[in-house]
Parts: sequence; structure tokens; C-alpha cells
Amino acid sequence: MCTYITEKASIHGSAKGPDGWISVDSAHVYFDHPYHAQLDHALGIDFINEREAAPRRVAVELSAGSARRLVACILAALESGEAAHAIEPEAEPEPDAAR
Amino acid sequence: MTYDAQRAGEVTFAGHNGDECTAYQAMPDAPGRVPGVVVIHHAPGWDEWCTEVARKFAHHGYAAIAPNLYSRDGPGAPDDVAARVRAAGGAPDDQVVGDVAGAMAWLRGRPNATGRVGVIGFCSGGRQTFLVACLADGVDAAVDCWGGNVVVDDRSLLTPRRPVAPVDYVERLACPLLGLFGNDDTNPSPGHVDRLEEALKRHGRTYTFHRYDGAGHAFMSWYRRHYRVEPAIDAWNRVLDFFARHLKGA
Repeated sequence: MCTYITEKASIHGSAKGPDGWISVDSAHVYFDHPYHAQLDHALGIDFINEREAAPRRVAVELSAGSARRLVACILAALESGEAAHAIEPEAEPEPDAAR
Repeated sequence: MTYDAQRAGEVTFAGHNGDECTAYQAMPDAPGRVPGVVVIHHAPGWDEWCTEVARKFAHHGYAAIAPNLYSRDGPGAPDDVAARVRAAGGAPDDQVVGDVAGAMAWLRGRPNATGRVGVIGFCSGGRQTFLVACLADGVDAAVDCWGGNVVVDDRSLLTPRRPVAPVDYVERLACPLLGLFGNDDTNPSPGHVDRLEEALKRHGRTYTFHRYDGAGHAFMSWYRRHYRVEPAIDAWNRVLDFFARHLKGA
């Protein structure tokens, strides 16, 4: 990595890594040299529980094109899923209220 | 002369503010005194790459130490710890300089030390090498391998942890500098390297740059698609020649 530019989002949910499920409250998103993916640059997403003393993470590294397709898929799944379940856009607890 | 027998493993040393830090060290297991090299790890962390580099230097007759600049950042796999450090904005520059100074002192304290010490770093470690060479006492030779953000175009990117563009310290560079860069790299770009070179010339610093066509960032990293065989071989030969001249008097 050559920059420390990181976008951070408060989130509410769970992620599954090699040690099983963890609650996650933050997503760190950055575009830089990857650790594992054989790409010059990758969009990295770290799903983390910031409340842990040494936060575990569930991480992905994606090409820029993959990341953009994923964004489109996420939005499409939300739209179709909420329509299929006949629900309003989910009134989920605010991340702070969920703690 | 090369050394097949080595002593290697983890050690602790006194870093910035006297903090106990971990490091990986490797040195020839042979009689006689040897110079030292501090290996500054890249931003992805204190990982297998820097231990390989330390052992390479031991093979070529140096006591090498690779300090873990993320010693304070908790347990975990190197990439997980590095992610934690990234999210916090990187290791603070003053802390890095203090840790590397501590690692140099560790080298000079070995009974087999000649007292000459060089510093080499890769990626963010290259930037930190330049910083250390300007700010720490006792660096006898420095090698900057594709260090980005030595020249900073957008000053809004300077942070409390990294408050000064390293190039702004150039007049304090007090040792010979070897710089190795790929001309396809974007950080540092050829333009960044040009400006660093201009600053070195303007202040009469002693330096040598080698810039490789067809190579980009991390071209010496054999385990990544950035690897470029011929530039990497040439670069390693230049590193070993440079340290031999300035640390061994060869």
C-alpha cells in the first residue's frame, strides 16, 4: 500500500471469517496495492468490530471493475429484495443505537 | 564472500521512547566483524519478505535487523495488523525514526559489529528510509526502493502522523543514497523521482538513482505480479555493490 486514504462507514451486521461469525460495526474501504490479490491496485474492504481490543477483520480485495459491479449488484439486490418482501427500505437500527 | 551459516530469529530491542519492540535478525555465524543493515518493512507489514531480505544480507556478510514497526499495534497476522495501522493513518514518522534508530543501536551493540550501519526500505519503507537518513544520526548508507510520498503534491495529505513531506528534509541527508525506481510506477511517478533528484542536486547531496523501464512498483517482489526478473537482479546487484562500498570499504 502506498497511501493511507481510507473511507470508513459505520455498519450494522455480521461477517463470517475462518474463525466463524463476528459482529461488525465498521467497514474500512480503500483503493491501493493489495496484499493477496494479484492486481496492481485493488479495492479493499475490511469488515471490522472496532469495539474489540485487537479488532478481527473479514477482508476482501477486488479489482476496480469487480468493485463497481458489486456496488450495482448490492443496489439491485436491495431493490428487488425489498420489493419481493413487500417492505419499505429497511428501517434498521442506527449503528450507534444497536450497540 | 558469502556465508552459508547464519544465526537468525526474533529479538527485542529498545525503540522509540525506549519501547520494547520486536524484530527479526539474521547474521553470519562465523568469526570476524560485520557491518549492519536495518531492513524497513513495507506497508503490508512485517512479513516473510522482510525476513527473506534480512537473511539475504546475512548471506552476503551483514548483520541485518528488520524491526517490526507495528510492534505496538496488537497481535495478529501481519496483514491484519497492517490493516489496523492503515486505518489509523500509518505508523507516525517520529516513532518510525526512533524505532529505526533503536535498531541501529542494537546492531552497533553486537560484539561482531564493525560499527558501520546502512538502512534499506521498500515501498513505504523506502520513504521511511529517506526520512531516517535525513533525521537519524549514524546512517552510513541508505537505499530507497520505490518509496512513494517522499515528494507530496497535495499538502492536504499531510497528517499529524506524517506532518512533513520527507523531501523537505533533503538538506539534512548526511549519507550516500541509492534510489531504485520503476518508470511505470505511479507513486512515486517518474515526475516525483525527477523532483526528488532535483532537490538532491540543489542541495549537493550524494546520491545515485537507477530507474528501470518496464518495471513499476515493487518490481523486486518475487511473489507479486509486479516482479520483473531482470530489473530485480540488476537492482539487487546494485544494492550489494553500494553497501559493500559504503559499509565494507570494498
